[in-house]
Amino acid sequence: MSLVVINFWYVIAAALFIFGLKKLGSPDSAVKGNIYSAAAMLIAVAVTLFNKNILSFDWIFIAAVAGSIIGAVAAQRVQMTSMPEMVAIFNGSGGIASLLVGWAALFNSGNTLLTNITVVISIVVGGMTFSGSILAWGKLSEIMNSAAVVFSGQRVVNSAIVLGLLLFSVLFCLEPSVSSPYLYLIISLSILLGVMAVLPIGGADMPVVISLLNSYSGLAACAAGLAINNNILIVAGSMVGAAGIILTNIMCKAMNRSLAHVLFSGFSAAKQATKVEGEVKPITADDAFLILEAAQSVTFVPGYGMAVAQAQHVVRELGELLEKNGADVTYAIHPVAGRMPGHMNVLLAEANVSYDQLIEMEDINPRIGGVDVAVVIGANDVVNPAARNDENSPIYGMPIINVDEARTVFVLKRSMASGFSGVDNPLFFCDNTRMLFGDAKQSISSVVAEFKI
Amino acid sequence: MEGVFLSMVLMLSVFLGFELISKVPATLHTPLMSGANAISGITVVGALISAGGELGDLPTYLGAAAVMFAMINVVGGYMVTNRMLSMFKKKDKSQPGDKS
Repeated sequence: MSLVVINFWYVIAAALFIFGLKKLGSPDSAVKGNIYSAAAMLIAVAVTLFNKNILSFDWIFIAAVAGSIIGAVAAQRVQMTSMPEMVAIFNGSGGIASLLVGWAALFNSGNTLLTNITVVISIVVGGMTFSGSILAWGKLSEIMNSAAVVFSGQRVVNSAIVLGLLLFSVLFCLEPSVSSPYLYLIISLSILLGVMAVLPIGGADMPVVISLLNSYSGLAACAAGLAINNNILIVAGSMVGAAGIILTNIMCKAMNRSLAHVLFSGFSAAKQATKVEGEVKPITADDAFLILEAAQSVTFVPGYGMAVAQAQHVVRELGELLEKNGADVTYAIHPVAGRMPGHMNVLLAEANVSYDQLIEMEDINPRIGGVDVAVVIGANDVVNPAARNDENSPIYGMPIINVDEARTVFVLKRSMASGFSGVDNPLFFCDNTRMLFGDAKQSISSVVAEFKI
Repeated sequence: MEGVFLSMVLMLSVFLGFELISKVPATLHTPLMSGANAISGITVVGALISAGGELGDLPTYLGAAAVMFAMINVVGGYMVTNRMLSMFKKKDKSQPGDKS
């Protein structure tokens, strides 16, 4: 096949990628969209194999089979609770692939200055995506401490790394060669930069980091495309880059923080929030049942705690019983609930909750005053009214789900500890709040048992 | 000229990407991310050319390693996205309480 024919097929693949993403706009058509996108990938890979520069297939075959097996096994085995870790690892593998493609592109003859610059970009972005993602994976899977690591002089060190990268990149481009010592310095520094960039981010900010790394993995593919003059890499890579940037932006807005603040300063609880005093009103499962039985409308507000307790299945069961009882049941999901964008939605969908019951924050807040019972399960900061009315609170200004405006609020909680960000929650002391202490799964199971009697 | 042409492609696809992806509802953000992971495996195209290109031993090995990593993304990404998306179902309201 000539290069023109191959490129023609790439155009078809690009159109299919675009069509696939468009179909992702609604849960009805999303499965089809994913299949279109996979078909686009298949076309792109298949026609590439006809490229006349590809002479031997041995290594390609071995590597492709090995990669496919690893990917397939991982995709089959992963628990929905661990999706953030899985995405982090995949970001990393996309990053290292782009680094390697960029590096290998140096061996092509007749590289121009522009090519060499894009090679350096794909190595730098690929390298930092790789190491940053591995570190993010470590933090998410709690192999290592997930807290933000901030040390004095961090900015000086980071600036030095960036300056070093710029310097070596210029030196490399002036005298490009596959054996240039600057090449190895660039690779090492970009890997170091990825680690340094993710170290100061932790805890509640993790959804931002994986969104951002997702974007980087696309940009790295895009840079590799520029390095080898390949349109399909540029189109597909920039789509992924755009997706990551949009998600990052949504996450930042949902936490009322700027991206720069998330990236450079860690989460500072330096400001002392107004101390909340009051008495909490505990409730038993029996009483909770009586109130729920009389409720006309019930909204569940899940957080990462629900995933930890694996309570999503009993929650769905309770939701169904309430519906049978005549109540209107919804699930209100804050954009940063869970450890990645949309995490709670996937867990509830896995538990068989119908997707039209999953409501976004902007849609539930205007009508939360009419909700009889709001049940908060393992969420804390995203329902903290201090974000609305305590200017001293570190989370002041963050948009929250206003559960305190519901007629009654149940908060399911293990004990009286504060949330991920370590901020006190005045919600617990509200007049209409009842605390249901204990393991979320067990608490809900006992309410479900009452319904069945 | 080639550089200008490629940056034109880049600019247009960034705009299109923003348009399309901002329409994806929050409910589907996790599958969107894993789907994006799969799409970023498009690097496999570049990797194939290096791995099969007989430019020498090192570029072949680099390309082969890149093929492997990119295929993890492609296969793993599409499979896990498909697994997730098939969970999103709308239930028939006339028969609530289906147990599974």
